[in-house]
Amino acid sequence: MDIANALVVFLNFVFIPAAAYGAQLALGALGVTLVYGILRFSNFAHGDTMAFGTGTVILLTWGLQAMGISAGPLPTALIALPFGIALTALLVLGTDRAVYRFYRKQKAAPIILVMASVGVMFVMNGLTRVLIGVDEYRFDDGTRFIMDVRTFREMTGLPEGLALRSTQALTVGVALIVMVALFWFLNRTKSGKAMRAYSDNEDLALLSGIDPERVVRLTWIIAAGLATIAGTLYGLDKSFKAFNYFQILLPIFAAAIVGGLGNPLGAIAGGFLVAFSEVAVTYPWVRVVGYLVPGYEPSGLMQLLGTEYKFAVSFVILIVVLLFRPTGLFRGKSV
Amino acid sequence: MATNRQAASSSSRWRAPVLFAVLAVLFVLEGTVRNAMFSGSWNTSLAILNMGLISAITALGVNMQWGYAGLFNVGVVGFLAMGALAPVLVSLPPVEGAWAAGGTRLMLALLVGLGTLAMAKLAWTRTRSGLLTIVVLIAGFVAYRWLFDPAVVAIEANNPARHGNIGGLGLPVLLSWAVGGIFAAAAAWAIGKVALGLRSDYLAIATLGIGEIIVAVMKNENWLARGVMNITAIPRPVAQEVDLQNNPDFVEFASSWGFAAAEASGIWVKLSYMSLFLVVLLVIILLAELALKSPWGRMMRAIRDNETAAEAMGKDVTRRHLQVFILGSAVIGVAGAMMVTLDGLLAPTSYNPLRYTFLIWVMVIVGGSGNNWGAVLGAVTIWFLWIKAEVWGPALFALLTGPLPDSAFKSHLLDSAPHMRFIAMGLVLLLVLRFAPRGLLPEK
Repeated sequence: MDIANALVVFLNFVFIPAAAYGAQLALGALGVTLVYGILRFSNFAHGDTMAFGTGTVILLTWGLQAMGISAGPLPTALIALPFGIALTALLVLGTDRAVYRFYRKQKAAPIILVMASVGVMFVMNGLTRVLIGVDEYRFDDGTRFIMDVRTFREMTGLPEGLALRSTQALTVGVALIVMVALFWFLNRTKSGKAMRAYSDNEDLALLSGIDPERVVRLTWIIAAGLATIAGTLYGLDKSFKAFNYFQILLPIFAAAIVGGLGNPLGAIAGGFLVAFSEVAVTYPWVRVVGYLVPGYEPSGLMQLLGTEYKFAVSFVILIVVLLFRPTGLFRGKSV
Repeated sequence: MATNRQAASSSSRWRAPVLFAVLAVLFVLEGTVRNAMFSGSWNTSLAILNMGLISAITALGVNMQWGYAGLFNVGVVGFLAMGALAPVLVSLPPVEGAWAAGGTRLMLALLVGLGTLAMAKLAWTRTRSGLLTIVVLIAGFVAYRWLFDPAVVAIEANNPARHGNIGGLGLPVLLSWAVGGIFAAAAAWAIGKVALGLRSDYLAIATLGIGEIIVAVMKNENWLARGVMNITAIPRPVAQEVDLQNNPDFVEFASSWGFAAAEASGIWVKLSYMSLFLVVLLVIILLAELALKSPWGRMMRAIRDNETAAEAMGKDVTRRHLQVFILGSAVIGVAGAMMVTLDGLLAPTSYNPLRYTFLIWVMVIVGGSGNNWGAVLGAVTIWFLWIKAEVWGPALFALLTGPLPDSAFKSHLLDSAPHMRFIAMGLVLLLVLRFAPRGLLPEK
């Protein structure tokens, strides 16, 4: 039995990728869940908000690179990120003003808001395509690896190598900072408390003098920030392709729902749950088993499902959770 | 959704005929006038119309679910894909050696898979023992994979350059349209059993996920329909252009109308498809209208407008929802089979939810949800705009950027003009939702 090698393979191919992916999903799901909690509809445009935000960050990054500005070992995109968030927040506030506010005033059925978000999704998708096109871009500069396979092997003498890409460490680090900041904001500041109060009981919040439009504006700004950060981290980790961001809307929704819509803690738990299950179910475990059980040669790859079915896994989790807990693991709301 | 039924019905008598006439004029212009906006080719005009008619059938299916029953199905692309499998499995000639390689074992695997699910359900309802259910599921999964994997490998290894799939039954392709409806209905039954208890937003996201899963299966299960290798040469129910061009009677007939044989054969084939599609469309509309005006239709609308009241009057809401979900999905499945028949091609990678789910939704909302003729009008109109936006968008951009000096910015704008169609469709949807939430032809 060779636990050290099995552990290295597990960390390298399952734990680290899943942790990075989970952090990205959690940030995306936090945005979805906040919008659901305050504005009370599932925002189909969230994926395309992520794409738009990332698109602006990439354009700004190119601008910075052309000016010769870089962040040294870190990706230049981190400098561009705040400006990208600001631009995305402006766009999102604009759509709220032009589209959603009307239905909010009318107290329209949530499903009408969902449908309007489909319209917004189309427009944002088109905007992103006009802005940056449909090609695939890589925009991660700076140091590529914190630890590469060869160095690890030389350090430890193990035959299996461990690689930690800087984008993966960065993803988890930034996500943790953002999550801590968000919870500090929601639990400790006056505006954050107002948002939670409005989310829990709209009428009571109005009665105590909370300005609903301010709460809504704040929500959109935070959602835009979360979307841009999540999108940029995803783009740095994998690559940017406008259409992919529509695709990851599904695991993001799954994460938000599994955790309980409207519950930020649930969104984070859901994000990691979905990510770890997706990777674990589609990973061929043959090498890990090979190290753990010496002398045993599995005939297959020990893979439960083909990698192509990653999205299917997130959806199966979603259904299973909903069957047993109709409002998610952390008791979310339902309109 | 109706806030003012009286006012709407008094002004709407001429509305539908006028709007349909406007649409007809657009198609005639496309066929006859050649300028910056129209192609002046009957072949183009009829091609747009044919796809528009298929879209209309899809929109009718969505309209049954949303307009009659208020079910928000965002998995339209999945049901279209289910229907699209039918022409492949029904009308393609059998693949030599595929069944011998692993057909029986494959069928057995699928039966074991279904049996496992049924057993697990039985175990859960009878004993309420989670452990037993999980044991059944795991044992079933192992047995299923033990049967399934070698069968798939064997089938996919069977002449993979040309086939690698299980092949079809060699039956007439028109039969597959009905089978496509049955496939989609079966999928809808399974999905509905699981997901219809969910509330509106949750149902929407569940169907979105299922749609994606069905497309993922089509892309990756090569034994089924060659996956991303695509299937071409699906049998067609109408004449081949080449045969017509080689037929002296047809060439003479074409020239008596002033058409060259090549152009005329294209038009003839498209007209044949059009008549088939029109027959299906009219039959579905007739059935849908009869159903809507029957006590069943009134019950459905009563459930849609006030679920609680309908339930209090003894209507089984969940059962009715399942019923209309299956019916609507079957209609979408028929459209999926027709689409593959028209293209003569099954290309799973082209099943993109923006185009096949959300664009259909734009059609239904713009046309007027709850109104069958509205769904048809919306579908053909939006499809016409979607196609023409490819020409009109760049033309508009060229006009707008005309005064600008040649620069990278200008060429970027011109290059990205085709993407304008997404923005245009989104704006159409948003404007209609805002200013005419009941659509072009409101529900009566």
